[in-house]
Amino acid sequence: MRGKASPLLRHGLNIVVTLLMIYPLLWMFSSSFKQPQHIFTDTGLWSDAFTLDNYILGWKGLTSVTFATFFKNSFVVSGLSIIGNLLSCSMAAYAFARLQFRLKTLLFGLMLLTMMLPHHVTMIPQYIIFNKLEWVNTFLPLIVPKFTATDGFFIFLMIQFIRNIPAELDQAATMDGCGAIQIYWRLILPLALPALVTTAIFTFIWTWNDFLGQILYLSDIKQYTVSLGLRTFLDSQGDSQWGRLFAMSTLSLVPVFAIFIFFQKYLIEGITSGGVKG
Amino acid sequence: MRMSSFLKKDGIGYLFLSPWIVGMLAFTIVPVAASLYLSFTDYEMFDSPVWNGTYNYVQIFTNDKQFWESLRVTLTYVFLGVPLELAFALLIALMLNKGLSGLRLYRALYYVPSLFGGSVAVALLWRQLFGAEGMVNGFLAYFGIEGISWIATPETALYTIIIMKVWQFGSPMIIFLAGLQQIPNDLYEAASIDGAGKVSQFLRVTVPLLTPIIFFNLIMQIISAFQAFTPAYIVSGGTGGPLNSTLFYTLYLYQKGFISFQMGYASALAWILLIMISIFTAIAFLSSKKWVHYEK
Repeated sequence: MRGKASPLLRHGLNIVVTLLMIYPLLWMFSSSFKQPQHIFTDTGLWSDAFTLDNYILGWKGLTSVTFATFFKNSFVVSGLSIIGNLLSCSMAAYAFARLQFRLKTLLFGLMLLTMMLPHHVTMIPQYIIFNKLEWVNTFLPLIVPKFTATDGFFIFLMIQFIRNIPAELDQAATMDGCGAIQIYWRLILPLALPALVTTAIFTFIWTWNDFLGQILYLSDIKQYTVSLGLRTFLDSQGDSQWGRLFAMSTLSLVPVFAIFIFFQKYLIEGITSGGVKG
Repeated sequence: MRMSSFLKKDGIGYLFLSPWIVGMLAFTIVPVAASLYLSFTDYEMFDSPVWNGTYNYVQIFTNDKQFWESLRVTLTYVFLGVPLELAFALLIALMLNKGLSGLRLYRALYYVPSLFGGSVAVALLWRQLFGAEGMVNGFLAYFGIEGISWIATPETALYTIIIMKVWQFGSPMIIFLAGLQQIPNDLYEAASIDGAGKVSQFLRVTVPLLTPIIFFNLIMQIISAFQAFTPAYIVSGGTGGPLNSTLFYTLYLYQKGFISFQMGYASALAWILLIMISIFTAIAFLSSKKWVHYEK
């Protein structure tokens, strides 16, 4: 009985709703190829005079620093954040999932407790610490915390995954003379690859889209990431800017979209495994 | 002797945990303690903090119009945006569930707004869409309606940001969908044999079995909605305007802490936020005993 309620109707509804949802993004994409004077008058997607000017002019940025710098900075921050999260979170997850040590339950509870802590509570003292270290206006405040497993979500995700790896494998490896470090490196990490991929993907998306962290710590335009580079368009919003803004906005979404296309399976698994907010 | 036995027994565990311990101390425990202390001080970043007792808190509650406005804005955003978002998420998940071909494609398309939703690019797009000469008004013009600048009008600005939130229902929708697929078909068959209609099946089988997932989505979305920052900052150009109508709590906190450098005051704001989120989470957990059904 269920689902018999005409698939045609359901397809029709779904197509209409998805189109409505995606339309603003499609419109931005098409507007990024339109002459600025056409952007406001056209609510449609097609234009008779598509142009690449917005991309060429937009890429130059509003000052001497181009979007090449912003993209490079975003890739550096995201790349190092991924490495940091993969290493530090997997180490912590291995310890919690497999090793025995005193105070383990207490520390695990502490991790769960702080997972929900709003960033705003630690934000100000962290800023003071980084300011004292003279790390403000470098990438260090954005990257160093990632090497200390501050994203509890990923530790949790990996613990769940590692617990599903049969413990007999560890025992066999121990028989063969492997220590904990070798078991972690040669056995657990390769077998936990799907969890590592999910962690890498979400770290990339969150770091790439991050704005608050970057606006706090990066004030020199040479250090600007893509998020901050886009923000500069806010200050000068003549009509002529919209074309360039849409061109650079569209470009800024490309890396995240590419990840989505190639790793969709891991992304969906990450969201549904619970604990990871998308 | 005790040290060496510690190293032998626990050392390897703590070795693997050492980055986490450093991070927990340096970036969580010490800052949380410092933040609590600073919230009772007058601290302007450039001088040392000066203890002033509960002055910040008293000021916030009795003499700070912007605090109350930011609270109203954020609570409206959370308690209007989250239920609407989850309602859409559930509705679409039901529409997609069971036997519809092309499910993977639909699911992917619905997720795209969530994928990009937190970005500066989308927030900037929103400024255009709901601006005086934006796309929304372009469409309204077809119907002969002359639209206003939705983001520059105090009565409507917040609702454009709420729409952005609801627009991102894809992420909770995926979680609902996974939950719906876990519900065994024989339950529906059994209900059907007992004479239950579609509506009754939905209310007596689907909803009860889905309550743990509704609860999970609710908690996660409430916690993250309280902390929303980027859309408010970008749509209002960092001001929270017009007339404080998009002054999200986090944006106000940011302005106090990092624009006017009243870091003691901002720390007090942060603790009020933490306590507020904790209270709402606690209420949700306590009420969950009444409406969330866990399978035994």
